[in-house]
Amino acid sequence: MSDELDKLKQAMQNATPPPSDDARDRALRVAAEEFEKTFQGSPETVRPTSQNAPSGGFMRGAVSMFRRLTTREALLTTASVATVVVAVVVTQDFNSLPEDNHGKIIVGEFADTKVGATLQSPQTSTIRQDATSQIVINETAPAAQPLDDGFATGAATSIAGNEVVQQQAPVLDALDVTDQASSSPNTPLVDGRLRTESDGDDEIGVLSFVAPAAPIVMSEESEAVTTERRANVTAPTTSQGIVADMAATAEITIIQPAEPVPAIEANTELFPEADINPLKVASEEPVSTFSIDVDTASYGIVRSSLMNGQLPPRDAVRTEELINYFPYDYPLPAEGEAPFSTSVTVMDTPWNADTKLLHIGIQGFDIAVEDRPPVNLVFLIDTSGSMNDANKLPLLINSFRLMLANLQPEDQVAIVTYAGSAGMALEPTPASDSAKILASLQNLSAGGSTAGQAGLQQAYALAEQMADDGDISRVILATDGDFNVGISDPEKLQSFVEDKRDSGVYLSVLGFGRGNYNDTIMQTLAQNGNGTAAYIDTLAEAQKVLVDQIGGALFTIAQDVKIQIEFNPAEIAEYRLIGYETRALNREDFNNDAVDAGEIGAGHSVTAIYEITPVGSPAVSVDDLRYTQTDAQPASSENGEYAFLKLRYKNPGEDRSILLTTPVFADSDAGLQSEANFAAAVAGFAQLLRDDDRIRGWDIADAQALAQQNMGADPFGYRAELITLMRLADSLK
Amino acid sequence: METSDETLVELATQGNGEAFGDLLRRHYDSIYRIAFRVMGSREDAEDLAQEVCASLPKKLKSFAGRAKFTTWLHQITINASRDLIRRKQAARRKADGWGEVEILRRDEAAQTQAELDWLTTAMNAMSDDLRETVALVLGEEMTHAEAGEILGISEGTVSWRMSEVKKTLRDMARKEEMLK
Repeated sequence: MSDELDKLKQAMQNATPPPSDDARDRALRVAAEEFEKTFQGSPETVRPTSQNAPSGGFMRGAVSMFRRLTTREALLTTASVATVVVAVVVTQDFNSLPEDNHGKIIVGEFADTKVGATLQSPQTSTIRQDATSQIVINETAPAAQPLDDGFATGAATSIAGNEVVQQQAPVLDALDVTDQASSSPNTPLVDGRLRTESDGDDEIGVLSFVAPAAPIVMSEESEAVTTERRANVTAPTTSQGIVADMAATAEITIIQPAEPVPAIEANTELFPEADINPLKVASEEPVSTFSIDVDTASYGIVRSSLMNGQLPPRDAVRTEELINYFPYDYPLPAEGEAPFSTSVTVMDTPWNADTKLLHIGIQGFDIAVEDRPPVNLVFLIDTSGSMNDANKLPLLINSFRLMLANLQPEDQVAIVTYAGSAGMALEPTPASDSAKILASLQNLSAGGSTAGQAGLQQAYALAEQMADDGDISRVILATDGDFNVGISDPEKLQSFVEDKRDSGVYLSVLGFGRGNYNDTIMQTLAQNGNGTAAYIDTLAEAQKVLVDQIGGALFTIAQDVKIQIEFNPAEIAEYRLIGYETRALNREDFNNDAVDAGEIGAGHSVTAIYEITPVGSPAVSVDDLRYTQTDAQPASSENGEYAFLKLRYKNPGEDRSILLTTPVFADSDAGLQSEANFAAAVAGFAQLLRDDDRIRGWDIADAQALAQQNMGADPFGYRAELITLMRLADSLK
Repeated sequence: METSDETLVELATQGNGEAFGDLLRRHYDSIYRIAFRVMGSREDAEDLAQEVCASLPKKLKSFAGRAKFTTWLHQITINASRDLIRRKQAARRKADGWGEVEILRRDEAAQTQAELDWLTTAMNAMSDDLRETVALVLGEEMTHAEAGEILGISEGTVSWRMSEVKKTLRDMARKEEMLK
C-alpha cells in the first residue's frame, strides 16, 4: 500500500473515537424491542451452538418477507442487475468511407434504461460525422427511484429487473465479463458475485455496471457477420463526477447481417506508437538500457502488407522484430555456462561511412525436441465472428495441426475458446490422443463477439490447474486481437497478465488476419505476460513458428533478459539504438529484478545494433555546449574501450538475475561479419520502411544488395523471401 | 467453537432473541466504525448504528443467506448512511460531519491536531463515494473485491476509486507544498 493511503488509514483509525457504551446499549435495547415486535410469540430455544443449530424454514420466510418489503434497499435489491437494451438502426450511406470510425454519442438523460439509437451513418457507423446522430434512452426498469446515491450507473447502464435480464442474456454476458467468467463452471476465479445470474427475484445486494468502458453488444439477426463497427458512447458529466467519468466510454459493437451490405471492410487495425529512438550524446547520456525482444510479429505484418501490394503502416514496422525474425549463425553457448552466448562486433555502417555499427548477437542453446521437458499447453482460441476468414480460423486450425504432430506424447493439450463467452472446448488431454484433439479442433467455428479477457482468465486458470510437479505451462493465444467484450483497454489487460505472470504460466501470442488486427493488444499481452508474439499469415509461417522453431516457442531458457550499454564518452560522441523503441527500459530498471523484460526460447537468436559515432568523426551532429564542460573524461583508464556491455538474465522460474559483462573495443570482432551485415541490411530496410531520415542516402536497392551478399546457408529460404519483399517494397515506394 | 454468523441469523429468524443479541454485539462496532468514517461525526455514527440495529429484525427476514452476513450488513450500513446524508442535505445541515473540524477534536495523545486537520481536509476533498470506499478498504481492511460487493460496484471500480483517493491526497500534498 502506498504511503499516502497508509497515512490516511492511520489518521482515520486515530480519529475514530471508540463507541460509547451508552450508545451501544441503547442501540441494542432498541433493536431487541424491535425484534420482539417482529417476532412476537416466537418459541424459546436453547442457546445456539454450531452443533445444535436447527435448520429449515428460513428460506420460506425470507422469500415471503422479501415480497412484502418496500424499503429502499429492497427496491434496489430487486433491481440488482443492470442492463441496457440498445437498438441501433444504421442508415447506410455508401458514398463515403471515412477512415476513422470511432465516434462519440452524447447522451442527454441517463437515469434511464433502454437505449434506442438511430444512427444515420455511413457504412462504418462514424457517428461523429453525422449531425443527426441520436441516441434515445427510455426507462424500462421497475426500479422506482432514481439512482442518485452512488449506486449510480453510467450513461449506458441502468437498472432493470431480472426478467429483462433473462431475456437479454447476451447483453448481460457482454456487460459484465467478471460475472460471466465466474458463472462459468470451469472457472475457479469466482469473485463472489455469482449472484448476478438471473435466477430469481430474491437477490441480495446491488450490482451496477459502472465499469470503465462497459461494452455492449448488439447482434442483429444471426451469426451471419461480416462487418463489425465500434462507437464510443460518452456520458455527460453529472453531479457524481466520478461515476460519469467511469462510464465515459462504453463500447458498442454493431454486428450486422452479411447479406444486404456490400462488404467494405473498415480498417480498424491498431499498432503501438513509438517514436524512433533519438540520437543520444554519449557525454550527456552514456547509458542505454532495453529489454530483448524475440517477437517476430512485425515481420509477418510487413510481409502480409507487401504481399497485398501495400506498404505497411509505419508503426507496424518494428525494426528489431524484423531483424530477429531471421535465425543467425551465431556461436552456440559453451556447455555449462550461461544459457546463451554473446558476440560483439564493431563494423562499418553500410549507410554512413563516418559512423560504425555495434552489433550484439545473442544465441540461446537449442534443445532437441525429445529432450525437452513435457509442457502443458492451453490453446486459447478466438472463435469470435471476426475470425471467420480463410486466413484466420481455418489457418489457425491447420497451424495447430502442424504443431500437434510435433508434440511429445507426455505433453498435455487443452483448448479454451472464447467468443461472446469463454468455454472449454477440450479438457486437458495427452498429446498422444491426437484423434481427440484433432476432432475438437475441427469442430471449432466462428461467431459472436470477443470476450478476450474472460477467455484469458479461463485459460490461465486451466493452465495453473494442469501444472503439477513444476511442469511448464503455457497459454497459446490465437486471435486477431480484436477484443471487444470485457477488458479491452491495453493497460488493464497489461495489469491482468502481469498478475498472471507471477503464477509461472508463459504466454505465446499468435496473431492472425488483417483488417481489424490489434497489434497493440498483442504486444501488450506478449510483453507483459512472459511471452512472445508471432504473426501467422501463411501456413509456411506456422511451420516456422510452431514446427521448425517449436523449441523456442515452447521452452524458455532465460527470462527477463535486459541489456545495458555504457558508452565511453572519450571514444564515442553519439549513439543510437536501432529499433527496440517499445522495449526501452529506465537505467535503474536494469538492476531491478522486479522489472519484467523479454524471454529467450530454446534456439532463439537475438540481435541488437547500435549506430555509433566515434569522437572526431565528421558525422558528429551535435555541437559541444559552450557553457557546460561536456568533454567528459572516462572514470577509469580503460582508454580505447568503446563501451561496456552488461546483460542480465534469470534462469526460468527464478527471481534473482545473473549479470554478464563484456567490454567493447574499436576492433571487437566475433568473426560474424556476414551475419552482422545481413542484420544491418534488414535494419536498413526497416528504417527505410519507417522513413527514418537518419538513413538518407541509402535506398532499398542498397539494402537488397547488401542482403544478397550475405545470404548465408538460409536452409529454409527465409532470407530469400526477404529479397522478394525488398523488391516489392522498392516498386511500391 | 464460536457460532457462525449464519447460524445466529438462522436462529434469529426463527425468533431467538438471544441469537439476535449476540449477532448485534458482535457487529455493532464495525457498523459504528463505518458510519463514523463516512459521516465524520460521533453523534451521527451512533445514531446511524442504532438505526441500523433497529431496522435489522425486519430486514433479517429478507436476508436470503446467499451473501455473507457481514457483506449484507455493511450494505445496509452504507445505504443507511446515504439516506442520512441525504436527509441532512435536505435539511441544509451539510456543515456537520467531516465539514466541521471541531467535531473531530480528540485529546488522545496519539493524534496531533495537524494530523486531524489533514484528515479532515482529506475527507472533505473526497466525494461521498470515495469516502465510503475508503471507510471499507482502509477502515475495515477489506479487499477491493469485498468492498466492491458491498458497494455494488466491480472490483476494478474500487481499485479505480482508491487510485482517485491517492490522487486526491497527492494533490493536497502538492498544494501544501505550494503554500510553504
